[in-house]
Amino acid sequence: MDTLDIKYRDPAQQEFDSRTLLKNAERQARQRHYEDIFICDVDAHHYENESFDQIAQFIEDPVIRQTAAAKKGMSAGRPTLMNSQVGFQDVAGRVTRYTLRRLEKSPPSPHRDITLTKRWMDAIGIDVICLFPTPMLNLGLHPQVEAEVAIARAYNRWLCDTILDAEPRLKSMLYLPFNDPEATYKVVKDFGARKGVVGFMVTSARYKPVYDNAYMKTYALLEEMGLPLSFHAAYSWDDRLVGNANRFITVHALGFTVFNMVNLANWIVNGLPERFPKLKVMWIESGLAWIPFMMQRFDNEYMMRSSECPSLKMKPSDYMRQMYFTSQPMEMVGNRTTLEDTFRMMNAETQLCYASDYPHWDMDLPSTIYDLPFLNDHQKRNILGGNAQRFFNIEPVWSDWKVQARAAKQAAAQ
Amino acid sequence: MVDVFVCKAGELKDGEVRIVTANDADVGVYRHGGRYLAYRNVCPHQGGPACEGVMLPKVEDVIAPDRTHQGQRFDESEMHIVCPWHGYEYKLETGECATDRRIRLQRIAVIEREGGVFIAL
Repeated sequence: MDTLDIKYRDPAQQEFDSRTLLKNAERQARQRHYEDIFICDVDAHHYENESFDQIAQFIEDPVIRQTAAAKKGMSAGRPTLMNSQVGFQDVAGRVTRYTLRRLEKSPPSPHRDITLTKRWMDAIGIDVICLFPTPMLNLGLHPQVEAEVAIARAYNRWLCDTILDAEPRLKSMLYLPFNDPEATYKVVKDFGARKGVVGFMVTSARYKPVYDNAYMKTYALLEEMGLPLSFHAAYSWDDRLVGNANRFITVHALGFTVFNMVNLANWIVNGLPERFPKLKVMWIESGLAWIPFMMQRFDNEYMMRSSECPSLKMKPSDYMRQMYFTSQPMEMVGNRTTLEDTFRMMNAETQLCYASDYPHWDMDLPSTIYDLPFLNDHQKRNILGGNAQRFFNIEPVWSDWKVQARAAKQAAAQ
Repeated sequence: MVDVFVCKAGELKDGEVRIVTANDADVGVYRHGGRYLAYRNVCPHQGGPACEGVMLPKVEDVIAPDRTHQGQRFDESEMHIVCPWHGYEYKLETGECATDRRIRLQRIAVIEREGGVFIAL
């Protein structure tokens, strides 16, 4: 009889470590042989507020920079130059990584964000990520346009210098201070060629229309530079649409789709895909259930109201099939047939990109794609990494454990 | 099947959990209401370590006879195991998902003998 290797743990006593939390994810990665699949996670996050002291030093405006420093003195540890939203992402302590994250130990170098991020990437089986901030997802709602610009530029500079330059597995679509069209254009010009910058991102929760003429030169520049544009979902409990919701589930479930819905509708009906046919556009973190809704709703109305969209040469759904969407949070409760239909309607094989959204509460593992019975191997590989590779125009950068695992397999085969 | 030692009788207090890993099998063993309950430490949702999260009572809306909402309360008679990855909640006493009985944690048999507590793997 084989001897059992038995270990005991008391969860209440153990230190917090992402590798322990994600042990089951690592097991999944090995069982599914992710070492043979390039996995590019197009939407992952860090908590930039934990580095705000460092970021604030890059604020170019000396008055705003001093304000950031003074604000920190008032509320130690909380960068109150930033705006904030009421939210309960941790489900009142149930998603434990929110409260325990600060306890995780990391060495003095490399930067803590690089260490913690690579830990969970390696556990889950992800090779490359597109890294986004977290509190800044609400920055589009900041009452001061100049604050958004100052923070955006400082964050982008800090991210490029400290994170992207140092770690080839971490990329980013940099934050655009979209409330200021001129500043948006300048960010593209100033940062578009930086190492690890694979595009630019607009946080969707804001009240600036994407069709405003002031943005056309930015879209043209992105197209010229071959860099994509993305819209990252966010919510606002202050928005009148959900202002009378009393539970976070409502604000999140609707808010994280509605802002992207409005931006996508504006993008299409104003003929922007026709004006910028080479500009790749991605819609991030609204899940997938909204896509058939938008396709059906707008095709139906377009047939009756085509005079309102004279620039369109095909139906709205046809334009949507040329756009890119991230998979998370994939709606997966009792809807297998609908999900398969959604994949077909959106041409997921070429247009869908896997996203984890780790470490946020509704993260998805690669198994959400890998385990889908209606996808073949080629389709899975596309969605897990191939589509992102083409979207970002990057070469794969493999994680060390995958390189070693494949080498070990090759050696064993000889 | 092999009996794997968990702890001595009385070592685990009510409300405590011990994770036992035997080779690749991970099991959470709970002491609750004077008895032992054990479940595979794998959440049916996406495979999270369901037994390593918090334990909380079920939350209830308090609805008055006139059907007005009067706040919320905890129902301590129904304790939930909460998977730390996403917040899926399972009834501690049965392993059933609190919102869909068709989904459940895999129950593992617990044997008490000779002053010890064992799980059958």
